[in-house]
Amino acid sequence: MKKLSARRRHPLAAVVVLLLALAATGGLYAAFAPAGKAQADETAQSLAIEEGQKLYAVGCASCHGSGGQGSSDGPSLVGVGSAAVDFQVSTGRMPAQQPGAQVPKKKNIYTQAQIDQLAAYIASLGAGPITPTEKQYDPAGADIARGGELFRNNCAQCHNFTGEGGALTHGKYAPNLEGVSPKHIYEAMLTGPQNMPSFPDSTMPEKEKKDIIAYLQTVNGDKSESPGGLKLGGLGPVSEGLFGWIFGLGTLIAVAVWVAAHTAKAKKS
Amino acid sequence: MSTATATDKRKAPAGERVADWADGRLGIYSLAKSNMRKIFPDHWSFMLGEICLYSFIIIILTGVYLTLFFHPSMNEVVYHGSYVPMQGVRMSEAYASTLDISFDVRGGLLIRQIHHWAALIFVAAMLVHMMRVFFTGAFRKPREVNWVFGFLLLVLGMFTGFTGYSLPDDLLSGTGVRFMEGAILSVPIVGTYLSMFLFGGEFPGHDFVARFYSIHILLLPGIMLGLLVAHLILVFYHKHTQFAGPGRTNNNVVGMPLLPVYMAKAGGFFFLVFGVIAVISAIASINPIWALGPYIPDHVSTGAQPDWYMGFSEGLIRAMPGWEINLWGHTLVLGVFIPLVIFPLVLAAIAVYPFIESWVTGDKREHHILDRPRNAPTRTGFGVAWLTWYVILLIAGGNDMFAQYFHLSINAITWFARIGFFVGPVIAFVITKRICLGLQRRDRDKVLHGRETGIIKRLPHGEFVEVHEPLSPGKLHTLTAHEQYKPAEIGPTVDENGVERKVKLMEKLRVKLSKGYYGEDHQIPKATAEEYKEIQSGHGHH
Amino acid sequence: MSSQDIPEDKHLPTEQGDAHHGGVAVADDPFADPGLPAHKPRIQDIDERAAKRSERTVAMLFTLSMLATIGFIASYVTIPVDKIVYIWPFGHVSGLNFALGVTLGIALFCIGAGAVHWARTLMSDVEVADERHPIEAAPEVKAKVLADFADGARESDIGRRKLIRNTMLGALAMVPLSGVVLLRDLGPLPEDKLRKTIWAKGKLLINQNTMEPLRPEDVAVGSLTFAMPEGLEEDQHDYMQQIAKAALMIVRIQPEDIKDKQELEWSHDGIVAYSKICTHVGCPISLYEQQTHHVLCPCHQSTFDLSDGARVIFGPAGHALPQLRIGVNDEGFLEALGDFEEPVGPAFWERG
Repeated sequence: MKKLSARRRHPLAAVVVLLLALAATGGLYAAFAPAGKAQADETAQSLAIEEGQKLYAVGCASCHGSGGQGSSDGPSLVGVGSAAVDFQVSTGRMPAQQPGAQVPKKKNIYTQAQIDQLAAYIASLGAGPITPTEKQYDPAGADIARGGELFRNNCAQCHNFTGEGGALTHGKYAPNLEGVSPKHIYEAMLTGPQNMPSFPDSTMPEKEKKDIIAYLQTVNGDKSESPGGLKLGGLGPVSEGLFGWIFGLGTLIAVAVWVAAHTAKAKKS
Repeated sequence: MSTATATDKRKAPAGERVADWADGRLGIYSLAKSNMRKIFPDHWSFMLGEICLYSFIIIILTGVYLTLFFHPSMNEVVYHGSYVPMQGVRMSEAYASTLDISFDVRGGLLIRQIHHWAALIFVAAMLVHMMRVFFTGAFRKPREVNWVFGFLLLVLGMFTGFTGYSLPDDLLSGTGVRFMEGAILSVPIVGTYLSMFLFGGEFPGHDFVARFYSIHILLLPGIMLGLLVAHLILVFYHKHTQFAGPGRTNNNVVGMPLLPVYMAKAGGFFFLVFGVIAVISAIASINPIWALGPYIPDHVSTGAQPDWYMGFSEGLIRAMPGWEINLWGHTLVLGVFIPLVIFPLVLAAIAVYPFIESWVTGDKREHHILDRPRNAPTRTGFGVAWLTWYVILLIAGGNDMFAQYFHLSINAITWFARIGFFVGPVIAFVITKRICLGLQRRDRDKVLHGRETGIIKRLPHGEFVEVHEPLSPGKLHTLTAHEQYKPAEIGPTVDENGVERKVKLMEKLRVKLSKGYYGEDHQIPKATAEEYKEIQSGHGHH
Repeated sequence: MSSQDIPEDKHLPTEQGDAHHGGVAVADDPFADPGLPAHKPRIQDIDERAAKRSERTVAMLFTLSMLATIGFIASYVTIPVDKIVYIWPFGHVSGLNFALGVTLGIALFCIGAGAVHWARTLMSDVEVADERHPIEAAPEVKAKVLADFADGARESDIGRRKLIRNTMLGALAMVPLSGVVLLRDLGPLPEDKLRKTIWAKGKLLINQNTMEPLRPEDVAVGSLTFAMPEGLEEDQHDYMQQIAKAALMIVRIQPEDIKDKQELEWSHDGIVAYSKICTHVGCPISLYEQQTHHVLCPCHQSTFDLSDGARVIFGPAGHALPQLRIGVNDEGFLEALGDFEEPVGPAFWERG
């Protein structure tokens, strides 16, 4: 303690205090920030018990109406088709936790069988896009280069060159596509979830969709190559600039401090 | 044979003979006499300029290599190189050759990345170097011209960077060039003509890559090289500034000689800078054009940004409301043209400051001792205000990224920038000035009462006091070495003959500014020797 | 204490009575300068073993640099250019780029580190003071220069022979004009190039994904499609210039949701075709939010409301996106009913 108090006037004391304060603020933020996961798990337990068509009444009807006709809290589900249900529920977006600019992806709380049951129920309300089969979305053998061109024309404006995501108006956003399964990408294009426009088969046929999925898997999968090294989020000049300032110039200034510093003097004298 | 050995013995060593030869033609001995043992003061912030110099050299070295492989042509080709996701795609030769440099030339990717990283670091280092010069007042007489040279290097560096960023003709840079076209079109009367002349017709045309190429590799770097040499000659000629300290006066420079210490330190620093940039280029990707795709005017990606040094101009254009005036069949595109005009003004604001300050102080003497920023509160406040302005614009320029990664609304960030553009610098100025004055007071206390040691002593009657340790004579001198100006006065308005003297408006303004700089509440009078003696003699109670 | 005085104000030509206006600093110095502190030796200065250690460190750094250069050459020769390796935490990176960069970096850094360590620990670290000399010339030098200049000027007679002076200035002022004139052929004149696109009555809307003409029933509510005019081919010489103006964004909005009367008139059954080129500075604007019908520009965030005549609702754009009037031809394909009524893309002086 004595050592500590003797050093509180040290030139570096202010820096240490600042670092501690920053760490404390960050820690507090982390402690008090909304804990999305815990809530999702709870809901998961309560909902997983229900099955079949009852699932709708429990999980969906409060917003979308008892017969899928929609309400002020949620759009009508008549005619959205089974593909939309499969996408929304199996990516965990539905049921939504809270209103907001956009419903985020979270942990899926239903089994595939339950989702299929829900989808069948919604599909029975009115015809709509049907859940694709693997044959439809499997990107094997598709044209990656063509997919890239289609992606840059149709998708990159919101999702970025390689699908890293981007911001939309008033807090809405286009999500990062890394790790999204081919099926879900296909369904998203087919149905246009939330504010995303749809790309139906009439304007973007199955083959083109496959090309896009193949391109995305190449450039934004977990095996994607980044020949130059760290891809820095794939975000372009903003993250490159930050990296250049912090690690580039930062390192060089640290080196400059070493070069210009006076060498330690012998203690004896 | 024996005579030959005899002459050899009398001959000087080989090195000296070469030097003699050169001296007879170039006069190198006279040159070396004044420069070989030139003194450089040691301070890390004096090496920031060297980072700029060395990254510039690295950029030139790698740039020359890149020209060996790059084709500055917009002819359309179909790609058949080794990068699979682009095979069969139509693209310009410029883009295709950049792909080849990245994937088919061994080491080409590394050189490209070194070139680009060094460019980002070059401009960043120039800005930091300029701020160091600014905050320490190193721009004062006799260095104002060198300040201007340095400023021009910064501006030219930005534009050289921008033209280089545009060369690969990828989707990102093409979007940037399209923005440039829109900005040019907004210029009243001549905008459309300028655009047609720059692009050789309608955008994008087939010419701009080749034209930017000669600007990027020849015109701008040529001018920069000239300015750089002039900048360095002046640094040598003026000799380096130094911070106040024992034995360091306005009339000397204290440090280590060029030969050998700074030859080794500065020379070594070049290799250190190059080494660090090479390692960064090995581990971090920059501008991966293969992921961006070739430029096609109807394609785009979100997150379309310029490199960081153009970010503040991007911020200006993003924060500007969309004003457009249509009158008598003509359109005044204020929404684009105003940012275009403010862009140079933002830069000019910091560039002209030294001249304003010297006008306000009326000081015509040479200054070789640097100010500590706290001892020039108004200047420091202005500098921080400018930086705040700059950073707010940078944030506005990256509003989509900040919205995405901090879960904010783009619209809210834009509004923050719109308000911050006007309010931010003012707040920053006031706060900074307060902090400087606080630090001046602390220095004064330190001089008068000594250093707070953190050791608490209990006095016999129970009182606790902190032991203050008197400063060394050197420290006392350092803390009181700065000069304090007296605020200017209008002076008598009637001359000795009783005739009224007219005070010019500019003079009134100068006096007003001077009071704002050096008036009573704008600097803390430094401790005097009398005060010190008085307090030290009555020592014992604190 | 200072041997060299600061140049006196009287040496300066423009100084007139500034002194009594104040503003000049007071060069008082309450605490006398104790002078340069005595040099303190480093460990290396007094302990030969420490000096030897430093020497070995420097030599080791230089040796490391040599080894790294050998490593660089070896990597260049042995690693294939397309070899991808996984390196934590950098990901799947080019093995060659990584190896070359790291070895080059080490080779360079070690030279620098060696040199600096040498300078810091073994070269003399005695601080030396160097005197400064005023930049300004002494008065006699200045007087000599002014006199020389006056002589030169007089000998040239430039002051007296005004005709020579004036014609020379005229000639020098005019000759750069040739250079300016030569720039004329950098490009054509604007004429009405920015006013028109290749859209014309009867041109079909070609879906850019399939390169097939679009039918109204292809375009679903909430979908987004990009189209270009019939007859425009990718390999055409002016494809880039044409698509830069003609790119089209097609969405379908329930007719009852369309607020703007003209928009409804120019649409076909709720299908509206708008220019894809932002009216701010020309980015392809296409971040369409299908629930709000807002479309956002990715470059500068101008936001347009496609259900209300594409008017600007946020951001720096100055006017609405131009709409293309469309209809359906006899064969049931969507077709343009003419060119855009106003220039597409960024505004310009002659736009009006």
